[in-house]
Amino acid sequence: MLDKVIFFFFAGVAILSAALVVTRRNVMHSAVFLITALLAVAGIFLQLRAEFIFIAQVILYVGGIMVLFIFVIMLVNLDVALHQVQFSRQKWVALLVGLVLAAEVGVMLWTSRGVPGQGFLLPNAVPGGQLKPNTEELAGRLFDAYLLPFEIASVLLLVAMVGAVVMAKKRT
Amino acid sequence: MNPALHDVLIFLRSWWVELVCGVVIVAVVPLAAGYLTLMERKLMADMQARLGPMRVGPHGLLQPIADAVKLLIKEDIIPDNADKMIFWLAPVTSMTAALTAMGGIAFGPAFLVARDLNVGLLFVVGVSSMGLIGIMLGGWASNSHYSIMGALRSTAQLVSYETAAGLALVSGLLMAGTLKIRAIVDMQSGDHVWFIFLAPVAFFIYLVASIAETNRAPFDLPEAESELVAGYMTEYSGFRWACYFLGEYSNMILVGAVATTLFLGGWLRPFSNVSWMNWLDAVPALFTAAVGVYCVYRAGKQPVRVQVWFMWAVALACFVVALPLGLPIVTALLKFKFLPPGLHGAYLFFMKISAHIVPGLLGGFWFLLKITAYIYLFMWVRFTLPRYRFDQLMHLGWYILIPLAIVNVLAVGVAMILKMEYGWNRWLAMILSTVVTLAAAFFLLRWNDKRAAAASSAAPPEQPSTEDSYAG
Repeated sequence: MLDKVIFFFFAGVAILSAALVVTRRNVMHSAVFLITALLAVAGIFLQLRAEFIFIAQVILYVGGIMVLFIFVIMLVNLDVALHQVQFSRQKWVALLVGLVLAAEVGVMLWTSRGVPGQGFLLPNAVPGGQLKPNTEELAGRLFDAYLLPFEIASVLLLVAMVGAVVMAKKRT
Repeated sequence: MNPALHDVLIFLRSWWVELVCGVVIVAVVPLAAGYLTLMERKLMADMQARLGPMRVGPHGLLQPIADAVKLLIKEDIIPDNADKMIFWLAPVTSMTAALTAMGGIAFGPAFLVARDLNVGLLFVVGVSSMGLIGIMLGGWASNSHYSIMGALRSTAQLVSYETAAGLALVSGLLMAGTLKIRAIVDMQSGDHVWFIFLAPVAFFIYLVASIAETNRAPFDLPEAESELVAGYMTEYSGFRWACYFLGEYSNMILVGAVATTLFLGGWLRPFSNVSWMNWLDAVPALFTAAVGVYCVYRAGKQPVRVQVWFMWAVALACFVVALPLGLPIVTALLKFKFLPPGLHGAYLFFMKISAHIVPGLLGGFWFLLKITAYIYLFMWVRFTLPRYRFDQLMHLGWYILIPLAIVNVLAVGVAMILKMEYGWNRWLAMILSTVVTLAAAFFLLRWNDKRAAAASSAAPPEQPSTEDSYAG
């Protein structure tokens, strides 16, 4: 019961603020609502007892990526940006993609409707004691079973970082 | 019964301790922050051979209350061109982040809020880093040059030093092997050593980085009053300003608590595993009682009647606190059979009660003492060192602290492997890792000096780089 209340609260906040992100004209307001949406998703992770994913969401998205977003927005002259046309004319493509996505989610929910704890009903969160410790489990998977993909992803990110530095550096 | 009500009752029954602890945090932390300012002003006065605030209450003991009242009734100004919503939101964000992160800290073994959260320490660090967003939003929404300058500086500084602080924490966590607050402290109790002695370099890096993270001198560039008026809070006044202030001082308590938990043994008393040092358990009670006696002694010398009463009240509070803290003395005395016959049942009951509450109380005392010592260090540094220039700050962060922290993580990791896989002595492995890190630091400094010397001899000496856009 309480789980459901918490879930619907966070889900509502997430959807509402996600809608506000795309409808606000002021970029800074959009950024603030994006932060709210990300935090609400983090709250849903916590409600599902995925503590590590929750804190990773907070640290990476809110504490890292959004800080950089706001940093960039602060350097932009918003008065000019406000008077420019901000919405591109890709309405129909967006509508199509949205419909496909909705259909996918619908099919997924419909096919899993008989499975207890899934489908249209909320997944029942597992009581805390029955889950293995989150952080240890994740670390075990990442550094054991999926070591190679993990390392490849790390190298890829490193390459991107070095590339950005090289491109930003002034040629003297 | 109504099922919803039933659920709420079950929730309350299983979580009431946590809820009470949370309310206590929200109620007490602002007060503690206020008294930290008094402590700071008194320390500053002491180091500059002055008296500090003396007028409000005896020795200025009521000054924080007066300040709070002043801030509450001060006129609240919102600049005309400010973005109203974000201007309103920013200080609240800063304060909320700091107070929420406080929930992840355990102020002693009996303090429950998020003691067994699986990501304990990460929760504290991650949530408190959200305060930065409040600073940025406030700087932007004020629509003032000083504010945005302060916000930009603050962002660059915090992003840089959070890396160093995080890597320093990793070195400590490698030894703890867990993120749970309680397990980290238990680990230090089981290892018979505080981690500061095994990884002094990591502690030092965390100390420097945490001073920078809380925007305090010598790293207080975001609010450097000689350059930026008050940085990101230039346009704020009254209670909104107080919110920022509260966030800043709560952050000080937070970094102190993190350092205490990970490096200074949390709520363990000094020599917690040495039985002949058990007399240290009497220290909290004696210390508090001594403060009370001193207050009584000073009460006679106050100039005004009200101040005398206040001094007596403080003394009384000290004695009341000393009573439960003194339980270990009583139990130790009772063990010597001073017991009249027939009171055995009462004796057992008393022992049971004190076994329940004494560890929590004493742990809380030691934990708060360690945090206070850490914050004292902050203030000492503040009144001693001059402020850095912005390029020096960035240089220190990126060229010295971060490489040093990376080397330290590697060295500590190797030492852990040597200890666990090859059965080396723990102290040998750790001293080796510290020596390696210090050698790396030495070479780093040499290399930096050489580079700087080469740069200054190659180019004619001119003003420090003009490309630095945040220098104000």
